[in-house]
Amino acid sequence: MSEKTKNPAAGKKAEGLRVPWLLSVEYEYAAGHFATRFFQELRDNGRIWGVRCPGCQRVYIPPRPVCGICAGKTGEWVEVGDEGVIVGCTVVNVPFIDPMTGEQRPIPYGFAIIRLDGASTALYHFLEETDPKKLGVGKRVKAVFRPERKGTLLDIKHFRLLD
Amino acid sequence: MDGEVTLPAPGQVAILGAVQTRYEAGKPHQTYNELVHEVVDQLLTETGVALKEIQSIVSASQDFFDGRTISGMAINEVAGGYLNSESKVAGDGIQALIYGAARILAGAYDLTLVVAHCKESEGQFHQITSTMFDPYVERPLGLDEHIAAALQARRFLGVSGAAEADLAAVSRKNHRHAMKNPLARRSGDFSIEEILASAEIVSPLRDLLAGPITDGACAILLGSPERARASRRPVSWIAGMGSSTDAYWTGRDLAASAALAQAAERAFAAAGIRKPLDDLRVVELSARYAHEELLYLDALGLGNGAAAKARLATGDFDLGGKLPVNPSGGALTGNPTCVAGLARVAEIHLQLTAAAGQHQVKDARTGLAHGASGICGQSQTVVVLRGDAPQRT
Repeated sequence: MSEKTKNPAAGKKAEGLRVPWLLSVEYEYAAGHFATRFFQELRDNGRIWGVRCPGCQRVYIPPRPVCGICAGKTGEWVEVGDEGVIVGCTVVNVPFIDPMTGEQRPIPYGFAIIRLDGASTALYHFLEETDPKKLGVGKRVKAVFRPERKGTLLDIKHFRLLD
Repeated sequence: MDGEVTLPAPGQVAILGAVQTRYEAGKPHQTYNELVHEVVDQLLTETGVALKEIQSIVSASQDFFDGRTISGMAINEVAGGYLNSESKVAGDGIQALIYGAARILAGAYDLTLVVAHCKESEGQFHQITSTMFDPYVERPLGLDEHIAAALQARRFLGVSGAAEADLAAVSRKNHRHAMKNPLARRSGDFSIEEILASAEIVSPLRDLLAGPITDGACAILLGSPERARASRRPVSWIAGMGSSTDAYWTGRDLAASAALAQAAERAFAAAGIRKPLDDLRVVELSARYAHEELLYLDALGLGNGAAAKARLATGDFDLGGKLPVNPSGGALTGNPTCVAGLARVAEIHLQLTAAAGQHQVKDARTGLAHGASGICGQSQTVVVLRGDAPQRT
């Protein structure tokens, strides 16, 4: 091997350079027809509303324009209960920046998929309880609303175990 | 065109219907799935097809503009995707159309819904389009889509001999056309002087030489020949399709588009187009920036030996001229990313079925729809469409 073609890094530890990149993009999503009414009811009345499919009678939470199963438009608005049952749950121990506030959420916190009474689909929300031993599929929970509400999903502070 | 499969033969895939939203600066009352629902619902009403009959869906959206990954899933229910075959193209909607047409040509489906959406207003254009560029040697310098387009525009002006007034003439024509299109985002009878006095964005690009931030959606229903024969409304046919991808933007001459020339050659061969200037009756180009329209016309051979700007000056490309280009107003007057190319196909379909209203081109029997994506139009697509029967206009 001549001097010209000799790899100058031969025998040395490979250096892997990195290029740092910080990307920040802000979004402002339209809530749209269905979520606007859903959030208004949370904010103004502390109530949870969905829409019923006129075909299969399923009640969708959160409300949406089309029932995927029937491939048809959803219909009337219906109120569902503020109590329901845990379908799946976890306790989160990973620090996480809340994208709506930019602040770190205190850990640990409980998370659950909850099917509210009268709803056919599930809503994803926080749990007050953070002890995994006290949580479980099938346990009943109730929504705790904040006194000051802004028209977002966080107008429900969390769900509290009833059992 | 060595070793290349040239498909399809005329008449194998039909367009049964095409619907667009109004194009607007923002749509604060609709989520993007409600935007898609609007066009899909209207398309189904117009074609008399039920959502549950559709088993194949190809969507086009850009995750970064939607602000979520797998952005096709957010519109799955409203596009009829539940327990059906849905696939997303993260490029221009015209590529979704080709993908959808291939599904029908393969005999796999007799209907395919193609839908594109974008709400450019909800994110930030500079930050989002800056991520097109490589993070090592380009992004640190602050590039975005406008800046790359401005660099291309200056290169094109220098090489072609076109002047900034020629770019203004493109803008004047398109904004005048848009006055006859009720869906258009921006329209008006602007003088050359007004256009050249509009706010400079990135030299030489000015406000009226670049398409504005826009929200909108477009949906097209493709069908097999059997479906087309059963249609109660006039249909159009895909006569030829071609796509080609060029070198990365720093590795090619930005004043020309070899990829578009090749895409057109493929589409013209399949459609039997020999003299595009004579054989085509209407053209819709995806040109968000005024210089792109002249550049693409040259690449398509529609300058007919002379530079496209000469034909522009004689009024050949005006509505009522020899070969109207962008009678809808085109992307320069406001069509969002991803939607622009599919909207071109929708517009040609409207022309060929005599449904274009005030911007109808008389006796439109054969038309060209063009789509582009990537930095400075790296990827190019041409679709030639034919009408079903002599038009009664």
